[in-house]
Amino acid sequence: MTDLTGLTMAAALDGLAKKDFSSAELTAAYVTAMEKARPLNAYITETPDQALAMAKASDARRAKGESRAMDGLPLGIKDLYCTKGVQTTAGSHILGGFTPTYESTVTQKLWDAGAVMLGKLNLDEFAMGSANITSYYGTVESPWRKAGDNRPLVPGGSSGGSAAAVAAHAAIAATGTDTGGSIRQPASFTGIVGLKPTYGRCSRWGIVAFASSLDQAGPMTRSVTDAAIMMGVMAGYDAKDSTSVDIAVPDYRAALDGSVKGLRVGIPKEYRVDGMPAEIERQWQQGIAWLKEAGMEPVEVSLPHTKHALPTYYIIAPAEASSNLARYDGVRYGLRVEGDSLDKLYENTRAAGFGAEVKRRVLIGTYVLSAGYYDAYYLKAQKIRTLIADDFKKAYQQCDVILTPTSPSAAFALGEKMDDPVAMYMQDVFTVPANLAGIPGLSVPSGLSSDGLPLGLQVLGKAFDEETVLKVGRVIEKAAAFSTKPSFLAGE
Amino acid sequence: MSGLLIEGSTGTWEVVVGLEVHAQVTSNAKLFSGASAEFGAEPNSQVSLVDAAMPGMLPVINTVCVDQAVKTGLGLNAAINRTSVFARKNYFYADLPQGYQISQYEKPIVGEGVVLVDLPDGSTKEVGIERLHLEQDAGKSLHDQHPSRSYIDLNRSGVALMEIVSKPDLRSGDEAAAYLTKLRAILRYLGTCDGNMEEGSMRCDANVSVRKAGDPLGTRCEIKNVNSIRFVKQAIEYEARRQVEVIEEGGTIVQETRLFDSRQGVTRSMRSKEHAHDYRYFPDPDLLPLVLTEERIETIKASLPELPDAKKQRFMEAYGLSAYDAGVLVAEQETSGFYEQVVTSSGDAKLAANWVITELFGQLNTAGKPIAESPVSAAALGQMIARIKDGTISGRIAKDVFAEMFATGKDADAIIEEKGLRQVSDTGAIEKIIDDVIAANQDKVAEYKAGKDKLFGFFVGQTMKASQGKANPGMVNEMLKAKLG
Repeated sequence: MTDLTGLTMAAALDGLAKKDFSSAELTAAYVTAMEKARPLNAYITETPDQALAMAKASDARRAKGESRAMDGLPLGIKDLYCTKGVQTTAGSHILGGFTPTYESTVTQKLWDAGAVMLGKLNLDEFAMGSANITSYYGTVESPWRKAGDNRPLVPGGSSGGSAAAVAAHAAIAATGTDTGGSIRQPASFTGIVGLKPTYGRCSRWGIVAFASSLDQAGPMTRSVTDAAIMMGVMAGYDAKDSTSVDIAVPDYRAALDGSVKGLRVGIPKEYRVDGMPAEIERQWQQGIAWLKEAGMEPVEVSLPHTKHALPTYYIIAPAEASSNLARYDGVRYGLRVEGDSLDKLYENTRAAGFGAEVKRRVLIGTYVLSAGYYDAYYLKAQKIRTLIADDFKKAYQQCDVILTPTSPSAAFALGEKMDDPVAMYMQDVFTVPANLAGIPGLSVPSGLSSDGLPLGLQVLGKAFDEETVLKVGRVIEKAAAFSTKPSFLAGE
Repeated sequence: MSGLLIEGSTGTWEVVVGLEVHAQVTSNAKLFSGASAEFGAEPNSQVSLVDAAMPGMLPVINTVCVDQAVKTGLGLNAAINRTSVFARKNYFYADLPQGYQISQYEKPIVGEGVVLVDLPDGSTKEVGIERLHLEQDAGKSLHDQHPSRSYIDLNRSGVALMEIVSKPDLRSGDEAAAYLTKLRAILRYLGTCDGNMEEGSMRCDANVSVRKAGDPLGTRCEIKNVNSIRFVKQAIEYEARRQVEVIEEGGTIVQETRLFDSRQGVTRSMRSKEHAHDYRYFPDPDLLPLVLTEERIETIKASLPELPDAKKQRFMEAYGLSAYDAGVLVAEQETSGFYEQVVTSSGDAKLAANWVITELFGQLNTAGKPIAESPVSAAALGQMIARIKDGTISGRIAKDVFAEMFATGKDADAIIEEKGLRQVSDTGAIEKIIDDVIAANQDKVAEYKAGKDKLFGFFVGQTMKASQGKANPGMVNEMLKAKLG
């Protein structure tokens, strides 16, 4: 029998359709892989019984000829999505023991499409981080190792558990969320595909909020085709999310077959950041060459306010987070550490419940919204955010997509950059502008670093034009023919 | 002039008052969740996932509440802002589940307006409205259920409130009370708030300061959460005198929040351990700016009922009522409706006004009943007035008939028949009584004829008495005059 966990979603759907194997068999293989992958600490909660029951139901549907878009595919779910009856942690101690009575809109759509839930995936606490080292449930290890170096590496963050599980074949695909790069950067670190859709494309209802104006759900998969399939299920208007947008969801998979000939790819001149490693620059040039070969026309574009994107992001995101996280107060659910007054209860609960990075961002956010500082920080950041969005609008008058590296480096070792939050924040330099502008971005594995680690290229698109983004991503994927597997694979 | 002037030892002081009214929007559901907004349910039985601020929950605006706010804005002759923005007001409290209140800060839904206030002396005064904005109510902390713990009831959490802020145009407790009375009448006419202060669906904060005439505004104190119109008046009067006293004794007024103690009739500084709040307002990223189309505003405008000012004008013009009577009748929508039914069924607008204002209000007041529970229906009162007009009963007898109607709920005709109260207009019968009266009072007849005209009233009285009030007074007069010469 073939290695079931080695299949992409598209291939597994074929196999299921041809009755080469059942969802029960596929799911059982993944349940075993999930157990084998425990050293990576990718899962916070495993739900094998639920997975096998869902697989059985999927097989029954298929037997009746009623199978759906993702029927029988075993997924991991980032533990930021609320799942009915299954503990949801957001990677934080403060939610300790919280089990939602409701299902997030996006996961409900996935289950309605027949997908199977393997478990809940580890992440940086409240999705704040770029290395998956801030989770209360422990750091996640990447399944990759540098050539000739056995030190554990970070999987990137905040969707580090999702990236590690998909790369190590401990899930066929996973959900992620992306506030400043949390899907794309870990996808790039682990050699998988990650798509951050347009803001408003997927419902945020039932996803624990980090920064409401930036958060967006998206798929993390092993191929661009898989991303297109999963995106088609996750996307869609939701009346329960006032910021979701009511426009039709196209057939993303069908869009992949379209030609890219004549499309213009924008190369932002401001993205050559100081100290960017030569191999990242080389990957970028290689990407441009591939797209040219496919008939696309490179054009230089200018995104002059990009250099302010990171500081802007690190004002807006913490500001929103400081308010969004106020509800974790020990009064109604989750952790409570008693105190002899209400204020003491708050202090004790939040001191014990939040980790250092979350506290740092709550403090930053509280500061930038304070009387006397609001205009200088928050208001100014909002103005710059508008300028950044305008930069993209202008650039898209000259081009159809924009190509950049996903991250300024390959994965780093666990323990590196940990005492320097600013160096860590630099990880988001290429990804953050898309969140501020609300536009879609896709990371596609494009090659290996000199250390033998995956690198990714980022395709940015116009708002609600995920079709073109995926189509161009598919061209890169084909040209790169990235096939290297991590040193640790749980599925074999 | 209804302004309160306080004579202090250093001169005359003027009182300046602005009111912030929190009016609960009449709607079935809360402002951002589908949970019921009804009063008086079991604690925590009307709480949605959004109201309890569960992780990942998002607010969705209730369009009914928006329409109600627009309607209220139109009723206050105010500017409707085509774009308004919801903002988060951040602070920690146990009955505030989100850790912030969704309110409107820099861009409220309603801007400046004006309310015409009817003052006790019959004059009117324009009071400016600064703004009206929509916001969520908090839950309720219950501190008296357990010796060492507080309980939280989230039923109110997320209920829609309109905060209506007046300009500092009021000059006394009386004016404040008149403003609140008028505002409440407008809200009730509009059906946008039931104005029930006892149940907390209308609450008032008063900003009070004092100054010498012509001086700039003094430092104000805010008296929080006063829950009756009478208390608002008392609180303002006490607070103004306190401030004058402090200043005249060489002190200064500290801007602070005070509470009104209705038992002692005094205001007290809220010496709570409350933090100096920095609310860190910022636009709520979960909600898009609220945009109102012209069509929507026009549709709401078309649905506005006749409001008290217009109705008062109409009552004066169409029914010939005095400003005072018209004002009394339009103060409550139910009263005005009742009155107009009485007009229809009686065919006499003036008599109808007199009977509603004097007799009906008097009886209701004594019985402690609202007009909605009046034992005498508008149709029944109208029918009784018609009996006065057609001469079946006299106005004097009518008072007895009405009292009986109020006590028993029976209609006028039944009571008139039952008690034999029909007015006697039979010449023979009246003549007989008059003859008896004259025969029994020959001495008085002599005096009358000798020029003591005043005695005429005595004969009328005796005749009416002998007829048990039923004799037609007009006929009695006429016939007495003829007989006495």
